[in-house]
Amino acid sequence: MSILEIKNIHKKFANTEVLKGVSFSMERGEVLSVIGSSGSGKTTLLRCINFLEKADKGQVIVDGEVIFDAEDKSKKTARQIREAQLNFGLVFQSFNLFPQYNVLENVTLAPKLLAKDRPDFKQEKKKIFDEIEQNARDILERVGLGDKLGNYPCELSGGQQQRVSIARALALRPKILFFDEPTSALDPELTGEILKVIRTLAEQKITMVIVTHEIGFAKMVSDKVIFMSEGIAAETGTPEEVIDNPKNQRTREFLSKLLK
Amino acid sequence: MNSMAIIQQLSRGFATNCLVFALTLLMAIPLGLVITFGSMSKFKPLKWVTKTFVWVIRGTPLMLQLFIVLYAPGLFGRPMQSRMTAVIIAFVINYAAYFSEIYRGGIESIPQGQYEAGQVLGMTKAQVFFKVVLFQVIKRIVPPMGNEVITLVKDTSLARIIGVAEVILCADRFSSKGIIWPLFFTGIYFLAATGILTLVMARIEKKLNYYRG
Repeated sequence: MSILEIKNIHKKFANTEVLKGVSFSMERGEVLSVIGSSGSGKTTLLRCINFLEKADKGQVIVDGEVIFDAEDKSKKTARQIREAQLNFGLVFQSFNLFPQYNVLENVTLAPKLLAKDRPDFKQEKKKIFDEIEQNARDILERVGLGDKLGNYPCELSGGQQQRVSIARALALRPKILFFDEPTSALDPELTGEILKVIRTLAEQKITMVIVTHEIGFAKMVSDKVIFMSEGIAAETGTPEEVIDNPKNQRTREFLSKLLK
Repeated sequence: MNSMAIIQQLSRGFATNCLVFALTLLMAIPLGLVITFGSMSKFKPLKWVTKTFVWVIRGTPLMLQLFIVLYAPGLFGRPMQSRMTAVIIAFVINYAAYFSEIYRGGIESIPQGQYEAGQVLGMTKAQVFFKVVLFQVIKRIVPPMGNEVITLVKDTSLARIIGVAEVILCADRFSSKGIIWPLFFTGIYFLAATGILTLVMARIEKKLNYYRG
């Protein structure tokens, strides 16, 4: 069974139809890259899947369970939406770290708040919080920030901030981790350290969807590539098919512009 | 009458100013937040009622509001029992309206990405507000709030207009007997109070400066 299935997502802002029916599916442990020019709807697609926008039409299915259906008029409770949301983790282009918290606190804040819903929270509070902190330390160690736990985001480079935000998303153990142009706000020299982290995650078989402009990286890390153009998935396939031998005219034009 | 006795009376008067100041802050700070939520509400009627309320309060003199709070209940057969109560009510409402606009500015200055980050991490709206946004808002509103707080110290002297014996009213009683200096002397109280508050605000700003952004 596919871990994620996206069916016919439509989204309109005022009079602009940004997504005109996007569908795709992916398997557990796969890395999917979404490429395409600015304004093609890549980010909107990601935002619709992650409940930051509400799609006008379409479905999102995780592990066979429909977690979003635009046709379903029954009103979901805020709690149901949050639970559905926790299937996913999202790394933003602009990091969006919480500036008043240090690195460790940024990573532990959400897990600690979520722990309050556990039935054994009252009796086991200390133990639960210790586990959460230990888990956060381990993840931060893995992204190479083990020595920055007490630093505040403003004291870190862009690359380090983005690694904190990856750690923050991983700490909740999402089934699928989404990246929205994770390197676009970074200098070329800092881009490398983020790509390295993502590659490590891919080796650990973490399921990821990456919206990116780094075509070379997408080719190297992905199992599947989607080329988006004017609100549709114009071409889908392996990196070799889409990036090396594009069949679609628009994919060819896009790639040739990039290579110039 | 010797100077010490006069200063003693003035100090008692200024204690009234301090009381008005403290009670106003204590109540207007949370009430302002309630008004902010009203004026930022997605429910249009509530939003417009709140905005009109803020406009009326900010658009009329505090002096007039003091009179209205003191006399209006009498028109409905329930005269205001205490002048001090009238002063507190008028001050709290007036300052809450100003605070609410400062809060609103602070809340609206927080980037959307902070809310979105909280949301995708599974936080409730209340958690996002209280655990993520509020502290950043506080940091941003400390300077404008400092201004308001200092204005409030001086505004407490308006209580005299409805006969509450604050420091300037006390001093004025002496000037009508031909002793002018107490009136000038009241300035010292205000300077001392605003001086202390300036230091306190600077200390708070410094405390919150452990991070940028």
